[in-house]
Amino acid sequence: MAHGPATLADGWVKYASRWLFTTNHKDIGTLYLWFSFAMFILGGAFAMIIRAELFQPGMQLIQPEFFNQMTTMHGLVMVFGAIMPAFVGLANWLIPMMIGAPDMALPRMNNLSFWILPFAFAILVATLFMEGGGPNFGWTFYAPLSTTYAPDTVNYFIFGVHIMGASSIMGSINIIATVMNMRAPGMTYMKMPMFVWTWLITAFLLVAVMPVLAGAVTMMLMDINFGTSFFDAAGGGDPVLFQHVFWFFGHPEVYIIILPAFGVVSQIIPTFSRKPLFGYSSMVYATASIAFMSFIVWAHHMFTVGMPIAGELYFMYATMLIAVPTGVKVFNWITTMYKGALTFETPMLFSIAFVILFTFGGFTGLMLSIAAADIQYHDTYFVVAHFHYVMVAGAVFSGTAAVYYWLPKWCGKMYSETMGKVQFWIAFIGFNITFMPQHFLGLAGMPRRYADYGLQFADWNMVSSIGAFMYGAAQLLFLFNVVRTITHGKPVDKPEVWEGAEGLEWTVPTPAPYHTFEKPPQVK
Amino acid sequence: MLKRAQALFLSSLGVIFALVYAGNASADSAPSQLNMPQGVTEVSQAAYDIHMIMMWICTVIGIAVFGFMFYVMYAHRKSRGAVAENFHENVLVELLWTIVPAVILIVMAIPATSALLKVYDTENADIDIQVTGYQWNWQYEYLGEGVKFMSNLRTSNDEIQGKEPKGEHYLREVDNPLVLPVGKKVRFLITGNDVIHSWWVPDFGVKRDAIPGLFTSAWAKTDKVGTYVGECTELCGKGHAFMPVVVEVKEQAEYDQWLADKKAAAAEYASTIGKEWSFDELMVKGEEVYNRSCAGCHGVNGEGGYGPALKDSAVALGAADVHISAVVDGIGVLMPSFDAQLSEVEIAAVVHYERNAWGNDVGDITQPIDVVNYKQGK
Repeated sequence: MAHGPATLADGWVKYASRWLFTTNHKDIGTLYLWFSFAMFILGGAFAMIIRAELFQPGMQLIQPEFFNQMTTMHGLVMVFGAIMPAFVGLANWLIPMMIGAPDMALPRMNNLSFWILPFAFAILVATLFMEGGGPNFGWTFYAPLSTTYAPDTVNYFIFGVHIMGASSIMGSINIIATVMNMRAPGMTYMKMPMFVWTWLITAFLLVAVMPVLAGAVTMMLMDINFGTSFFDAAGGGDPVLFQHVFWFFGHPEVYIIILPAFGVVSQIIPTFSRKPLFGYSSMVYATASIAFMSFIVWAHHMFTVGMPIAGELYFMYATMLIAVPTGVKVFNWITTMYKGALTFETPMLFSIAFVILFTFGGFTGLMLSIAAADIQYHDTYFVVAHFHYVMVAGAVFSGTAAVYYWLPKWCGKMYSETMGKVQFWIAFIGFNITFMPQHFLGLAGMPRRYADYGLQFADWNMVSSIGAFMYGAAQLLFLFNVVRTITHGKPVDKPEVWEGAEGLEWTVPTPAPYHTFEKPPQVK
Repeated sequence: MLKRAQALFLSSLGVIFALVYAGNASADSAPSQLNMPQGVTEVSQAAYDIHMIMMWICTVIGIAVFGFMFYVMYAHRKSRGAVAENFHENVLVELLWTIVPAVILIVMAIPATSALLKVYDTENADIDIQVTGYQWNWQYEYLGEGVKFMSNLRTSNDEIQGKEPKGEHYLREVDNPLVLPVGKKVRFLITGNDVIHSWWVPDFGVKRDAIPGLFTSAWAKTDKVGTYVGECTELCGKGHAFMPVVVEVKEQAEYDQWLADKKAAAAEYASTIGKEWSFDELMVKGEEVYNRSCAGCHGVNGEGGYGPALKDSAVALGAADVHISAVVDGIGVLMPSFDAQLSEVEIAAVVHYERNAWGNDVGDITQPIDVVNYKQGK
């Protein structure tokens, strides 16, 4: 029954058909990963344009209209096109191998959920070339800037978001079905690798909130085209309703992005500490409570809309509480390292940087939760710095760590450790040069999404831009290293690849064959 | 090899920083501000205090946590011969690091709550001012005083586009600042006209969204005379970065004088602009303005000269709005904009005159309000 996948030697038609019609979780994982990397480069290019324009005060390269399109597209492409699909790609590759399943539970839906994504982003990016330009209202697309005052292309944006949402929902259902039904005998819930746990919880979050996002954009669609007034005060609606609906999706969304990253780091740190993960069960409970809390704190993004004070106090207290389970996770990671035998290969470097920088972003998050201070921080570069510390040093660093960690298993070749480490240091230093000064800019009073700024902000903006170019260069090195590994990497054939790696995925041959666990393994 | 690459890398960083600083170290530039301003109101002081408390708590925790982490990374390296132990649970420790942070948070919540109560204390204000966000300027209305004006960015487009050197107050200057008296509690009622804006004055600790169809409120009371600059902080379209807030806090007597002047100007404005002018009144006023400002180029009888003839011309006989636009905005290089030189009444009068003198007989009446509407619609 097992047949090898078509290769280029079988001719272009067969090769293309393989990828188009594949139902293999590894193929689909690969597609997701390459797609997300392409989007990462595209979103990064948008960021480079933004930082180049902000290198100096004044409008030099682009005009404010286009600048707003760049900030919007950067956010949308990075969140929905780069980070989310990257973790879905990792889930596809790894979850079946980690729980001892032959494939995902719903392979055809798996194919569909990937193949609609490129169309969603083609539609979204195409708006940049249309009359009126692309979406220019920020990735949070607050009404009425995104409805009454939006360019006509907003309808393409809405359609694109719908398709992305459908893709995410299908992907999540698939993950839930796989984890619940296809675990190998003996693989109880509390034996599942942390990555599987975090993804299971993430999938539930996605199924819960993607429909809310769909609802928000559908209401926009009705307001724009069919004369309703959901978000228009003149017709009896409420612009603030949009923000409540958006953030009811949006806050869980940021945990959707970060929870799988927690999972990745919880796999990597034990391996290179040669010591089991400390506090496994508290890790599971902490993840679940973070996920639950993500539903009840959304309005901390709205401390300046003039909520009643009771509401503001509630959202402040609830938000502060998230620090508790998050702290538990950080302490667990560090204690995992304690009295281990540490080595610092590239995945470990990225994971340690993740712990440090994510925690730093957590500290600023705690500061932001204090409503009275948030009134000064809100919508400034302090917020931009905060969420890039958790999104970039969090999600992107852990994604990079994951690629380096599992790449030898995927392709049977070892990456260049030297190049990996050079990339790490350029990325780490570049990242901090980019985003650390943005804290200062924000505190000193520079609002976010500004195409131009007063002269007092010139110094740190220039430093930040230089850092951004460095960080961007590190990603090209990453691409080069991965491609070179696939073409010229030193072959690896040990199943476990890393000394100290635990888990079912390290028991199958390296590179992982096209079909694994056709007979379920016995887990003790 | 790797060590050398890192060293090279770090030294090049140093060079970059040095260059940036050398580049910006002009004589008058103060060092860039790094922290939140303490500001001049109770609310801004409360925000600053809680910000500093949080920052220090986070710093202490951060030093402890990262310090321990760096110790582990140094002491338990495999290359130093460390052998991994195998423990993976400790109920006591796990309970402690759940409970201790929770207690710290409860302690933090106390000053955080009292600071927030200050923000919401908008009762018993001496003065009420309505702030309305427009794309892309602010309107201030002194409720009950009959004083209302727009506040526009004063920085020129040439400065923004780099065709002129940038002034000292680049993007931090407006034509009509908001003026407040010292020592009085002022309540701001904030709303938006089109999209959502957000009115922020860092030194007051005031940031409230300006939402169309809703009012939000905030307050400020300061004992410090001075000029305070703020920004729009909610993305509102292409002019988002170009609608600063400038507030001047003056001594009571100066404020009273300013308000009286504004009221007088408002009365004058209402009596001329709000008034419906008759055909002949406008002809008289228009001839006077024409001879002073236009005849030099277009000829005393509209016959042309340095500029084109207006008699029987397409502009004078065409749509009134196009005609108004020609005077307000100018045409090309040769016809200048008269927006700054002529009042709305004068512009209306001269347009009316040109459309109805020297045999031009459009017959319509151009009222000052048409000019106002044209400018607002622009």
